[in-house]
Amino acid sequence: MTLSPSPATGLVGRDNFPHRHLLGIANLAPHEIRFLLDEAEIWAALNRSEARKHDDRLAGLTQMNAFFEASTRTLLSFEVAGKRLGADVVNMHAAQSSVKKGETLIDTAVTLNSMRADVMVIRHMSSGAVQLIADKVDCPVLNAGDGRHEHPTQALLDAFTIRRRKGGFEGLVVTICGDILHSRVARSNMLCLTALGAQVRVCAPATLMPPAVERYRVMPFTDFNQALDGADVVMMLRLQNERMDGGFIPSAREFSLLYGLTPERLKRAKDDAIVMHPGPMNRGVEILSGVADDKDRSAITEQVEMGVAVRMACLDVLTRRQRGVPGWA
Amino acid sequence: MGMIAIVNGRLCDPAAEALSEGIVLVHGDRIEAVGQADFPEAAEIVDARGMLVAPGIIDLGVFKTDKPAFHFSGITRAALMPDQSPVLDDPGLVQHAARAGKPDFWVHPLGAATRGLDGAELAEMALMKAAGARAIATGRRWIADSGVMLRVLRYAASLNLVVVTHAEDGGLANGAVATDGETASRLGLPSAPACAEAIAITRDIALAREAGARIHFRFVTTAAGFALIRAAKAEGLAVTCGVSPSYLFLNDAAVSDFRTFARLSPPLRDERDRLAAIEAVADGTVDVLCSGHDPRGPEDKRLPFADAEPGIAGAETLLPLSLNLVRDKRVSETRMMALLAANPAKLLGLDAGQLTPGAPADLILIDPDVPWIVDSNKMAAAAGNTPFDKLPVQGRARMIMKGGVIR
Repeated sequence: MTLSPSPATGLVGRDNFPHRHLLGIANLAPHEIRFLLDEAEIWAALNRSEARKHDDRLAGLTQMNAFFEASTRTLLSFEVAGKRLGADVVNMHAAQSSVKKGETLIDTAVTLNSMRADVMVIRHMSSGAVQLIADKVDCPVLNAGDGRHEHPTQALLDAFTIRRRKGGFEGLVVTICGDILHSRVARSNMLCLTALGAQVRVCAPATLMPPAVERYRVMPFTDFNQALDGADVVMMLRLQNERMDGGFIPSAREFSLLYGLTPERLKRAKDDAIVMHPGPMNRGVEILSGVADDKDRSAITEQVEMGVAVRMACLDVLTRRQRGVPGWA
Repeated sequence: MGMIAIVNGRLCDPAAEALSEGIVLVHGDRIEAVGQADFPEAAEIVDARGMLVAPGIIDLGVFKTDKPAFHFSGITRAALMPDQSPVLDDPGLVQHAARAGKPDFWVHPLGAATRGLDGAELAEMALMKAAGARAIATGRRWIADSGVMLRVLRYAASLNLVVVTHAEDGGLANGAVATDGETASRLGLPSAPACAEAIAITRDIALAREAGARIHFRFVTTAAGFALIRAAKAEGLAVTCGVSPSYLFLNDAAVSDFRTFARLSPPLRDERDRLAAIEAVADGTVDVLCSGHDPRGPEDKRLPFADAEPGIAGAETLLPLSLNLVRDKRVSETRMMALLAANPAKLLGLDAGQLTPGAPADLILIDPDVPWIVDSNKMAAAAGNTPFDKLPVQGRARMIMKGGVIR
């Protein structure tokens, strides 16, 4: 049997995505990112179909979601994605795990590995922790967020949503605003969107901007109005409550005044600009309900929807090798 | 007492301009003669052909006494940091620590400046001195309260003890595990600006001036920091500083990929600061080269970067990496031994670190060219946490004599 190359990339099988794990966007080539987005199209269509949304290609495989940090939507999204592909999905929450009893991260990883997971989805509060686990286990690992480092599936679903709404990335101006310093979503998005050809602006109070951020080939702004001028996409990040106590910014209301996305402010962006937010939102702080609920502008619920499709694509692609898919073994 | 004649070696006297030919004659636990001297026929002969004959290395500021690693690099004495468990803030603990290595090598404890190294109450410096403490140290911490630091300096000065301090402003550096820059941002690591060091040095020099105290900055790692040390020396203050090879041969890119073996305190700096550190060694601003030896097992290092403990097992690489500076013509062999032995001895008030008649016979033979490859899996040290894994290096100690006895 001869394998036909992917129409988008011209590459055959595993050459499209030669990575064992998905730990971050940093080590992906642009064509590899595009390949995952293309794969997600199939699942986006399936998920919207009226019929049963089930595909059993991962039947018999065990997907372990090990979340060392609290999460609702990402965990749920991965669980739905795995179940729609037919995998046996099990979840481990830090709150009910032996992590609380002092077991080291490596020991926990070895324990999970001994249960013979076929794919692991891991979230951890420390930067680099997911890579540490990936080095110790025998199955593919998906990073569902590690510290401030990366959150690759979020960046992929954001890129996927933008592509569906805007058609492509060349010349597109994307403004990311909020707590850039502590945000893994911002880091993965800066990497992903610049790799795909978008012009990325980041906007934050000076105290919440990472050092040397311009090395990501993005334009930093502290003035939100300027950052919004002519933007095609406005991506708002959540301001975490623990940063609002005067440590990094004086108050939530001052932040809201300077960086809150109001319908008025949004007029500075292009007329057809879309608004995104990885959630959960603090309504009235970084985003006003008038913007968040504007059906024409807000892509926020679509992000959640596309999250499932993108995660299905990642789970499918990463398990092709062990499933013996031709061209991927 | 027998005599030992070390012959055919090149003599590396820290006080000399250059290497010289000659013998070293040892009688009992002292050096009897150096240079062109006769020796009795009965003397035991040690052939040092191809070797440098040097005083034993005095490693200022190790976190653990680690005989095999010290032996490998020719370290005959080590000043032990007070950051132990329990903290060396009590005369009994100091006395116990001082006995640890004898007779193979000597440990000179550094007494904690404050109780528990908490930066609040003065520790019993005079009693610790009587128990064997050779200096006072703030540990791997910065004393945030300037009033406390001034009292530490004044009190230590009255006892003629140097204060060994850690130069990182706590307000900036607390919680940080890397230096602000591209690498730290890309990895999502909490970081602090490099000026945390200059701020700390500025304050502590001002306080040392006020107190008339001797102060030694254990590691200086930034261009701005070295400029401050230079200025203080020009002013005539009793200010000295040290650096470890890590800051001379690595920059902050070494932490890429979350390599916890490159997690140091202070953290690695950018390339400009690295080059400034080499320049500071070459121009005489730096007084001491030291390892900061801190062997750490997987329980402390095989963790997410920010959760890992800082420190490297640096003893074995101290000598070969110092020799790199000689090969790069940044320092002479004799100046290298001043940095590794004579200067730390002087700071600690030790009768050691010299290659002169009457000095203690703490001697090493250095094979300066023998090649070997650093391998974190095969270290002599108690743990293999080296950021120099797989690096080809040259030079190691071939013989160690402590107190006139070959060990």
